[in-house]
Amino acid sequence: MNRLLKSREVLLALAILALLAVIATRFPAFIAPGNLTNVFNDTAPLIILALGQMIVILTKCIDLSVAATLALCGMVAAMLDGAGVPLALILPAALVLGAALGAVNGLLVWKVDIPPIVVTLGTMTIYRGIIFLISDGRWINAHQMTAGFKDLPRTEVLGLHVMSWIALAVIGGAYVLLNRTALGRSFFAVGGNPHAAVYTGIDVGRMQAVAFVLSGALAGLTGYLWVARYAVAYVDVAGGFELDVVAACVIGGVAIAGGAGSVAGAVLGALFLGVIKNALPVVGISPFWQLAISGSAIIIAVAFNARQGRARGRIILKSAEHRA
Amino acid sequence: MSDASHTPRIIPDRLTSPLTRALRSWEALLVVVAVAVFIANSIASPYFLDAWNLSDATFNFTEKAMIAFAMAMLIIAGEIDLSVASIIALASTAMGIVMTAGFGTPAIVATGIGVGVLCGALNGFFVARLGLPSIVVTIGTMSLFRGISYIVLGDQAFTGYPDSFAYFGQGYVWWVFSFELVLFAALALGFYVLLHRTNFGRSVYAIGNNPMAALFSGIRVNRVRFILFLLTGLMSGIAAVCLTSRLGSTRPSIATGMELEVVTMVVLGGVNILGGSGTIPGVVLAAVIMGLVTFGFGLLNVPGIVMSIFLGLLLIGVIAVPRLIARMRR
Repeated sequence: MNRLLKSREVLLALAILALLAVIATRFPAFIAPGNLTNVFNDTAPLIILALGQMIVILTKCIDLSVAATLALCGMVAAMLDGAGVPLALILPAALVLGAALGAVNGLLVWKVDIPPIVVTLGTMTIYRGIIFLISDGRWINAHQMTAGFKDLPRTEVLGLHVMSWIALAVIGGAYVLLNRTALGRSFFAVGGNPHAAVYTGIDVGRMQAVAFVLSGALAGLTGYLWVARYAVAYVDVAGGFELDVVAACVIGGVAIAGGAGSVAGAVLGALFLGVIKNALPVVGISPFWQLAISGSAIIIAVAFNARQGRARGRIILKSAEHRA
Repeated sequence: MSDASHTPRIIPDRLTSPLTRALRSWEALLVVVAVAVFIANSIASPYFLDAWNLSDATFNFTEKAMIAFAMAMLIIAGEIDLSVASIIALASTAMGIVMTAGFGTPAIVATGIGVGVLCGALNGFFVARLGLPSIVVTIGTMSLFRGISYIVLGDQAFTGYPDSFAYFGQGYVWWVFSFELVLFAALALGFYVLLHRTNFGRSVYAIGNNPMAALFSGIRVNRVRFILFLLTGLMSGIAAVCLTSRLGSTRPSIATGMELEVVTMVVLGGVNILGGSGTIPGVVLAAVIMGLVTFGFGLLNVPGIVMSIFLGLLLIGVIAVPRLIARMRR
């Protein structure tokens, strides 16, 4: 029981519930089921990207190019739609393009041995620049998109939008991948102790490259969803969103030094930010506060992570001693 | 990265002569690139070779370079500060508040620099005192500092700075030499002495190469780290004064993305992003090259976002090319 209370996921879930309770005392409509599904739907892109980012961070890397990848894939999807390509081809195209952009990051980290932060800072501006080059800086607006393209994420199935269902599917997929497959466990091994991972026959660089490909593919998928849902594509789509994604991971207890984190944590971290973002206008606080709030949340969370990480180490040793 | 520790270090019987080393150095390569860019620009545009145009071109890099000097020391010590552009936004906003309250130029300048130092101190506190990773802390403060600017200003702007305040960004000390250019040169000299001629500078290298060994050899590692963050905050504050004075207004989006350009400048200048090596002359040369390239593209009417593609390629290229060459030689 004590350990359960100390776990990051439970604390975070309690924090979100407390937040909802505080909001509900003044604005009960906020916690109506209909509104909560809206909040979840609104947070879906952040959840999907945070899961991709978590895999990258698990391997001791960081992907700052996710938002740019999202925007580029979204723009390409919108342009393909304009060229009359059927939706059944656009979706895989966005996914593959995202994976390819992720592979560029991954190969530069794996084969050329450039620090991930430098690689993704660079590709972040390059990908955004490419959007400008292919679109000539023009916007693609709602009336230039076909109805089918725009409707898919908003179609309701069993009370939830397709966007939410996709997020749930990604959560399920990430859980199975990270907890039930050899590939998933290798991500933890690579980040936990790269030298030990090499001795157990895991190629560290390759795992990092695979992580970037996964993160890129998820960003590509989200790119289509984002552009279709908001029905607009332009150079600065999701500008600065990479910070929210990293914030969601850090708040969710994903260790920035790699090797530690959970799917539930990342999802709850994203939901925490999502609830705040959706609550601000309801409570009557200017949306301009959001940037500062997520910044403070990152700092508080990372300070908390560092403290908890230290305590956890001691507990493991103690229990091992007791058993011996 | 993990492989590097396994390769044995080859110690030569005889060192190469200082002259050969100087000619083969990264700085020598940068000089060649700078000259090539200069010649290419003067051929590409008839307006390039003009004392006043060239003087204008220096504004492309002076403010960024001031921060880059401090950032270079920070990166050599194995840390990084991604919040510098946001510090500029916050410092500039604070200057706007002081200006609106009716204070004169000295108070405005003091506020800008003071806020910069405070921001640096906050980063330093988190990293050096609490031992948090600098990359996450400064991603956090990057949102926080600019976020405060947005809270204060929203979609508004501060304008109407006093005329005397304009000197820092628009004034000239003598002929074509602007105040910013002279300040840049003085700071370059100051940082050169600090990094290459003092004990403090040597300890920065020691920490970057092996913080644990530095600690055991009596260096107060966390104090040096704290001072470096303070210094980066100070330089960001000074850059905020120059930039605000040059633009004559403050918006919360001021200097967006500048942290990327500063880091690119430092890396292009030959500073190892993993810490431990790099020089101030290298950063000065990188600043000049980036300024010349930006200015040349501007004369050729290349849009800003295309320049940023080039910047991104440059950032990756300057690190990738030497590594690929080294691999081919092996």
